[in-house]
Order: sequence, then C-alpha cells, then structure tokens
Amino acid sequence: MPMGTPALAAALKARLGEDIKLSSPPGQLLTLEVAPAHWVETARILRDDSSLAFEQMTDLCGLDYLGYGRDEWETDDATREGFSRGIDSLGPGRFRWRELPESESAEQRFAVVVHLLSFRHNWRLRLRVFAEDEGFPMVPSLVEIWNSANWYEREAFDLLGIVFEGHPDLRRILTDYGFTGHPFRKDFPLIGNVTVRYDEEKRRVVYEPVEIEPRVLVPRVIRDDSRYKADDIDQAAEEAADRDAASTE
Amino acid sequence: MADINSYTINFGPQHPAAHGVLRLVLEMDGETVVRADPHVGLLHRATEKLAESKPFNQTIGYMDRLDYMSMMCNEHAYVRAIENLLGIEPPLRAQYIRTMFDEVTRLANHLLWIGACGLDLGAMTLFLYAFRERESIFDVWEATTGARMHASYYRPGGVYRDLPERMPVHKESPWTKGKDLKRKNEWREGSVLDFIEAFIKDFPSKVDDYETLLTNNRIWKQRNVGIGVVSPERALQLGFSGPMLRGSGVEWDLRKKNPYAMYPEMDFDIPVGVNGDCYDRYLVRVEEMRQSARIIQQCVDWLKANPGHVMSKNFKVIPPTREEMKDDMEALIHHFKLFTEGYCVPEGETYAAVEAPKGEFGCYLVSDGANKPFRAHFRAPGFAHLSSMDEMAKGHMLADVVAIISTMDIVFGEVDR
Repeated sequence: MPMGTPALAAALKARLGEDIKLSSPPGQLLTLEVAPAHWVETARILRDDSSLAFEQMTDLCGLDYLGYGRDEWETDDATREGFSRGIDSLGPGRFRWRELPESESAEQRFAVVVHLLSFRHNWRLRLRVFAEDEGFPMVPSLVEIWNSANWYEREAFDLLGIVFEGHPDLRRILTDYGFTGHPFRKDFPLIGNVTVRYDEEKRRVVYEPVEIEPRVLVPRVIRDDSRYKADDIDQAAEEAADRDAASTE
Repeated sequence: MADINSYTINFGPQHPAAHGVLRLVLEMDGETVVRADPHVGLLHRATEKLAESKPFNQTIGYMDRLDYMSMMCNEHAYVRAIENLLGIEPPLRAQYIRTMFDEVTRLANHLLWIGACGLDLGAMTLFLYAFRERESIFDVWEATTGARMHASYYRPGGVYRDLPERMPVHKESPWTKGKDLKRKNEWREGSVLDFIEAFIKDFPSKVDDYETLLTNNRIWKQRNVGIGVVSPERALQLGFSGPMLRGSGVEWDLRKKNPYAMYPEMDFDIPVGVNGDCYDRYLVRVEEMRQSARIIQQCVDWLKANPGHVMSKNFKVIPPTREEMKDDMEALIHHFKLFTEGYCVPEGETYAAVEAPKGEFGCYLVSDGANKPFRAHFRAPGFAHLSSMDEMAKGHMLADVVAIISTMDIVFGEVDR
C-alpha cells in the first residue's frame, strides 16, 4: 500500500533536512528512523506542517529485537542432525523460565514503531525509535501530539516494558491485575511462569509455578537456499502464472 | 447520614450491555458520569506472541478469533501482509471471492451489531430479525468453508477452495415438512452463488424492515440523537476509523482511498454522517449494509461468468493438490516441505490494512527471513475506539453509556487480542 512514496520522501527531506534516516524498500511503506531526543519534536512537525499533515496516528507498537535473525536449526550446510533435533534448541519463546537466552546486540534492543496516516494527502509513514538503554528502555510519550497514543503506549509498556516519559496514566492495560514481567519480550517464555487454578481447600484462586513443558513442533529455520533467491522467486511466480493460465483455459 | 455526592460503580465485566468482558469503572455524580475508566484485557490471549511461535499459515485461524464478528476481514489483512512480503498475487477469481466475502462479513457484523444495539436500548424485536438473516450467512460460510464462524478460508495466494456447486438443502424432519420445508429450501435449489444472489436480492427489503422499527422511532431517537458527539477533529486525534470516523463526517474509507482486492472495480457509495452522534453512526452502518449488498451483487455476477482458479500455483508457498502430488515428484517434495516447515518469508516489514466492518484493521508484520514471523502486531479498530470512552461518556447519564458502547460496536476479541 505505498502511497505517494517519492512525493512524501521529497516533502520529508524538504522539511526535516537531507540527512534524515529514511528507508524505502520497494513496494513498502517509507520508514523514518528518529532519535529519542528528537522524537516529540519530529512528531509535532509531522502533524502540524501542512506539506506533511499527518493528522492521525493509526498504530503504535513496541518491538524487542532480541534474537533477530537467529534460527534454531542449521540449514546452510549438510548436517547430521535430523529435523526433529531442531526442537531441542533454546530459541526465542520456547525455553523454560530462568533459562533466558543471552542478548547479542545489546544497545538497540527495544524499539517503538508508529504508523501515521495523512488524510489530506493520503499518505502513510512509519516511524521508528530505538530506546537507548536496554535495562530501562525509555522513550518520550506522544500522547499530547496524537491522543490515540494513550492506550497504545500503555499496551507497549505492559507487554514490553517500554517506559513512555510524560505519559499521563502509564498503567498496565492488557495483562492481569498484579502481573509481573513483560510477556512480549523475547526472553519471556511462551508458556508463561504461573498458572492459575481454583483451590477447593483454600476456597480461592491460587497462583502456582507453571507445570507444562515448552513444546514446539516446528523449529524456526531461516532458509537461504536457491528457492528464496529473488530471481528464483520471480521465475517461480512466472511459471505459476503460466500454470494458472493453462488451467483456466 | 453523610451526604455522598460522588461514588464509583462497576459496570461489568458481567453485564449484558458490556458487549463481552468490559469492566467499566464509572465515577458518578448522581446519575451523571464524571469519569469513565475502562479496564480491558480480560480476554487477552497473546495472539501476537503465539503468532511468533508458529509458521505463518498456522496463525490464519487465530485471525478469526480476534474480531470474532468479522472473521474474514481479519484474515484478509493478515494474508495481505504475507503476500506483500512474499510478493505474490492471488488469481483474479480469488480476489473477487475475497471481496465478496469481506462484504458478506460486513453484513454479518452489522446484523449482529444492529440486533445487539437494539437490545441494549430496548428494541427487543430487532434482535430476532437480525439473527434470522445472519443464519443464512452462516449457512453460506458452512457450505463454502466447512465452518459456521471461524472460517480459516483465506490463504496467502488465494482462498482455500472454490465456491461449491451445490447449496446444502434442509432435510425432511418431523418439525420441518411439507410447505415449511419447501419454503426453507426455496433459495437452495442451485449453487452457493445462487443462494447468495437470492439472499442479496431480498436483503434490502429486510433493511427497510429494520429501519421501520428504528429510524423514526421516538424512543430510539431520544436514546441516540445528540449522545456521544465527537467532532471530526477529535475523531482524527483519537484514532477513529470506519463507521465511527464517517459518523463524525470525515469521508474516509480504505476501500475507496486505498483500494485493495477488487474494490477499484466496484460501484458503491460511502455514507457519511453529519453530527457525529450515536444516531449518525447508526445511520451510517445501516446504509453500509445496503451498499454491501450492491457490492456482493456485482461480485456474484462476475463470479458466475468467470470460472477459474482460486489459488495461485506458486508451489514455493502454496501446497499442490493431491492429484499433482501423485504424479509429480517435485510437487510431493514441495508438499512435504510446506507442511513440515512452512515457507520462509523474505526479511522485511510491512503494514497491510483493510476496511473491516468496525474500521481499519491493520497487520504489521516483521520477518527476519524465517518460517515464523519475528513480530506480528494487529491494529484493532475497537482498541482505539474504546480508549475514547472517557471523553465520550463524560457528562452523560449512566443510561447513555450503554448507547455509546453499543454504537462503538466493540468486540473484545480484537480489543484484548
């Protein structure tokens, strides 16, 4: 859905300067990366400048880049390990509590991604900001620029533990009352750490350590073989089109 | 006795007008709402985290369970996001089927909404009528996808299968026989498309019936006109989309402004409200039902005239058929790889949005080149709408809160995800 990409890129450069970090993969949305120090100021320009006029913030979400690009099963070379062994490794989301995978590139772990929409120009733009400190990720809040950020920032705080400086009401929103931890972090196990059940004797709901084992049926693999080379994908698409045409006749 | 001016009440999570599991903490001054604080998350299932742990295709079923009143539209957004990253295009017939089912979904959603909204505000009869029509839609889904609600029908590269040649008929039983049976099977003589066409031809008259019951009804107007007014500027600020935005007078519909599937080919109008109150949002949704019927009719005409494939033949992503598997070694290998491991999606990120019945349903997908998404985020329209609850309810009476929740068309599957 890229809309008006070259025009938007030109408008952004004209207003924000030539040296902005702008990336535009073909066929995808323009992405503007902003430093936390310029986050609010840039947002205000994007909203108020009539050549940009991003009136609405449609979406905001947090990301945890821990383990980005890491697979669970070697596929680049011949291996003596069968496909089934892939399920034993310690990839993201499948380890037990306290068996956390270590972080590789520490400095840019947490990011906040915002999707903007300009009704006047029918433009969309993606903004990204990386939180500087991995231990206490903090990003300025956008609530006063776009009010819709309120609940989205609460969600990102709840699920990923990103703190939004200047947010008027930064409470948890989706998880249970009294929940500990931030479940969408990559070092939070998929099975969680507590289970809830009703105890007949105590006559109340009790929390207990989780009993189930993490179980993954399909290992995470990153294929880089000929099937996924750009040319081959195009060729496969062409062949597919031929087959489609042949079977329609 | 102490003089109490302000007190707090708990609305929900078990309340028939809370539309699911909304816990609304209301600070009241007599009958007037001073502050509304919605507590959501009681239905949180961490769909986005689950999506990270599964191959791409296995999450399609979870999409139905987000906004469980507009299943196919959610699937559409997710499937389009994957298609964007893979760079594949579904065949034309699949695009028409998707367009048709998106609109059928819109009817199903708005029918539930009009019924439930009426019920909340004291119009009991309508609920039964709306559910009668909804039943026909479920029959279509059952015949086409095998499931009455959670279809899992869209796939990257097309739809799971073509529309069946025959619509299942009701069988004779001690309760339905003779004239009754004949009436029930009247539309079911031909294919599923014939059934949809018969249903759509009849549908506008049903909408007329609903309007007779509500539109000029004095009680209905007293409950809705001037309640929960949102100005266009505030609607943009608060992240509104869909009928909530159009009810406030902003002419914006992704089907027109940012068309996808076969919407550029379709002839339809976008209803827009004037006052931004509950009544305008009601009128917008009613008119949307009529417009959806128009779109479905156009899709049915095309689909009847143009048979063809509904799934691309790109075996890197789409499994081959059983017949192909049995006489082609390559097809067998592809089938095996696709069902044990799935397909790897090239590294990148994308955002795909569709005009779901409730507003803009978006899917933000990040892939690091693996067979599972690195991060999936779903932009649910209801989440943004509900976050404005405090602003909309402030200063209104307690009974008006019910009207506001109703016309927001909230479903907790998507708010809590």
